[in-house]
Amino acid sequence: MQAKASDAPKIKCVVWDLDNTIWDGTLSEGDDPVLNPHILTTLRTLDERGILQSVASRNTFDDAWAMIQEFGIGDFFLYPEIHWESKTGSIARIAKNLNISTDSFAFIDDQPFERDEVRFQMPEVRTFDPTDLPELLADEAFIPRFITDESKLRRLMYQSDAKRNAEEKGFKGPGEAFLQTLDMKLEIRPAETRDLQRAEELTQRTHQLNTTGITYAYEDLSTLLLSPKHRLLVASLTDRYGSYGTIGLVLVELDPAGWDIRLLLMSCRVMSRGVGGAMITFLRNEARRHGTRLFADFKETDRNRMMYITYKFSGFEDRSSDNGVLRMEADLSNIPAYPSYLDLDARFDPLS
Amino acid sequence: MNPTSIASKVRSFLTSFVQDDDFEDSDNIFELGLVNSLMAMQLVLFLEKEFQCKFSNEELNLRNFRSVDAIVTLLSSKAA
Repeated sequence: MQAKASDAPKIKCVVWDLDNTIWDGTLSEGDDPVLNPHILTTLRTLDERGILQSVASRNTFDDAWAMIQEFGIGDFFLYPEIHWESKTGSIARIAKNLNISTDSFAFIDDQPFERDEVRFQMPEVRTFDPTDLPELLADEAFIPRFITDESKLRRLMYQSDAKRNAEEKGFKGPGEAFLQTLDMKLEIRPAETRDLQRAEELTQRTHQLNTTGITYAYEDLSTLLLSPKHRLLVASLTDRYGSYGTIGLVLVELDPAGWDIRLLLMSCRVMSRGVGGAMITFLRNEARRHGTRLFADFKETDRNRMMYITYKFSGFEDRSSDNGVLRMEADLSNIPAYPSYLDLDARFDPLS
Repeated sequence: MNPTSIASKVRSFLTSFVQDDDFEDSDNIFELGLVNSLMAMQLVLFLEKEFQCKFSNEELNLRNFRSVDAIVTLLSSKAA
């Protein structure tokens, strides 16, 4: 299993200008705008591919948003930035809100000045002119390696996130009391073939919360699924705002000397939900029930320290280190209860 | 920074998370069920930011964070 060569990352978010880009005409000059003839197909197709979209426009918010609604395209745009400030700042805020790095952003604007300013401040952002639209959908950067059921739902999941975040911000009281209001259900179950595309996507999108930093290709995961020595588990989370989708992945290698967690990762969208700790508690309980020891591999990267702390705070201690891979072992004598705000439905069969 | 002001910063962080503030500086906050491992993680990030330090792998042990007193000891030993 090796890390893949990193080409230019695929586009995950497209940021649109409005005047003379999405529509022909300049709103603030009193024009009566007409949609660019390519725009509806482009918006819809990108959306179906799981590519998120937003707006960075110099306009008065109320006027521009009313026009967007009139065209019936408002649902496509997450965290729109419509004001008179710079587009670089807008893109930075969109990236922060979506928790996606700007090297997977595309920016489409008819004004060379705006494109140049963005390129100057953020050379990693790929910029396009609306005249590029007819060819845009055929550009490799806009074609994800896989389009999974979840890619099509990605925008909806981010929209539930936005609602959740707004409500969490406004919630007065202890953090845990807010989690209690969410009715969260965590499901952990053996992966099936239909889960593998999403599993591959998770290993490739997740760097911060990946215990080894290793990415697995579809073919690798498919081999592991058939391996009698391995168990691949997927975790998904729902709450009263909707589904977060498949957000976690665990690879356990079964050995007579003990089980070894080769990989544990989760989407950063659930970082503040205690999901990692609950997944580990489940594995500790299962190991104890089957009378076996439980180990975990940890390989430090420049971004995954949170996962080391998660292991350490879940009863794991460092045992040995080999070629930069730390081998940790869990104490199975004192396992905490699951968080009271999380309803767990978990299945795992190490014996079959 | 003196131990008293460390203790009061830690206490005010903890009480923003837990339902009640009726605990002693020597109480084990995990055994009391006041703090779970998720909050412990947030506590670590808060302490590193607030006191401009980084805990080593050896220091990242729940025992070092089990009470206000333990945290004060840990931070004082780092400052020394």
